[in-house]
Amino acid sequence: MKIKILVLAIFYLIGFFNLLYAANSEKVDQISKNLRCLICQGQSVYDSQSDFALSMKILIQNKIDEGKNDEQIYEFLKSKYGEWIVYDPEINKNTVLLWVLPLILFVFGGILILRKVSIK
Amino acid sequence: MVKNIKLIAVVFLVIVSFFILLKGLNKTNSYSPNLNSSKIDFNFKAKFLYSDEETTLFELINDKDFSIINIWASWCLPCREEHSFLLNLKSLDKLNIIGINYKDNEINAKKFIKELGNPYSKIIVDPSGVNSIELGAYGVPETILINNNSKTILKKYIGPIDDKKLAELKMIIKNEN
Repeated sequence: MKIKILVLAIFYLIGFFNLLYAANSEKVDQISKNLRCLICQGQSVYDSQSDFALSMKILIQNKIDEGKNDEQIYEFLKSKYGEWIVYDPEINKNTVLLWVLPLILFVFGGILILRKVSIK
Repeated sequence: MVKNIKLIAVVFLVIVSFFILLKGLNKTNSYSPNLNSSKIDFNFKAKFLYSDEETTLFELINDKDFSIINIWASWCLPCREEHSFLLNLKSLDKLNIIGINYKDNEINAKKFIKELGNPYSKIIVDPSGVNSIELGAYGVPETILINNNSKTILKKYIGPIDDKKLAELKMIIKNEN
């Protein structure tokens, strides 16, 4: 009986630490998917196996272990590599066209449709 | 009238996309961040290549007025090419050259130095590549010029040093203070 409990307890612990570890690396995946691999063409850090991306994943894991949250990690990397590293561009004078163009096209399309309907 | 609007829209879109693509053509492929004022307000620990002692970045960039941090590896071919330029820079009095051995095998790294000469005053190792990311590096080779007094990054070169970059480095060091 005692042995059974001991074995169960060990398995429980293994499972527990597994879960803990898995939760962390999932977090790394989640963050690295939002990061552009700067030395690869059109790949995220998550997708890439380049030295740069591999180091980046280790760094993200380290930062998580230090207790940093997502926002702090993104900010840290932005301060090192600039806005370009994240896939979510902020609105500034360089990216304003990127954000506004779909809106313009949407309004323009709407006008076209409205005109067509009203003429008929 | 409707036909006209369609035509105008198409022409407008074509012109806009033409200029966007034209602008894209002139842009270089590799991206590097602007370095207007990048203060070194971080620090990291690293081990030396030739001893097991640990040191920190701030300890390393304390010696003279300027430091060059050069990230290299024995498996990196362009590093071999730029090595003679680093040896050339070694003669500057105000400058301290620090090597970061990036993701390398210790034996190969030491062989590389033995074969080509040692321009570095100190060499630290970065087996996981994490320290290089703290410096905002992309890979090897990469060279960062630091003003030791103000602890700022003055210049950053991605890729090997050549004649032009060497001259520029010397100019910057000469013109500062």
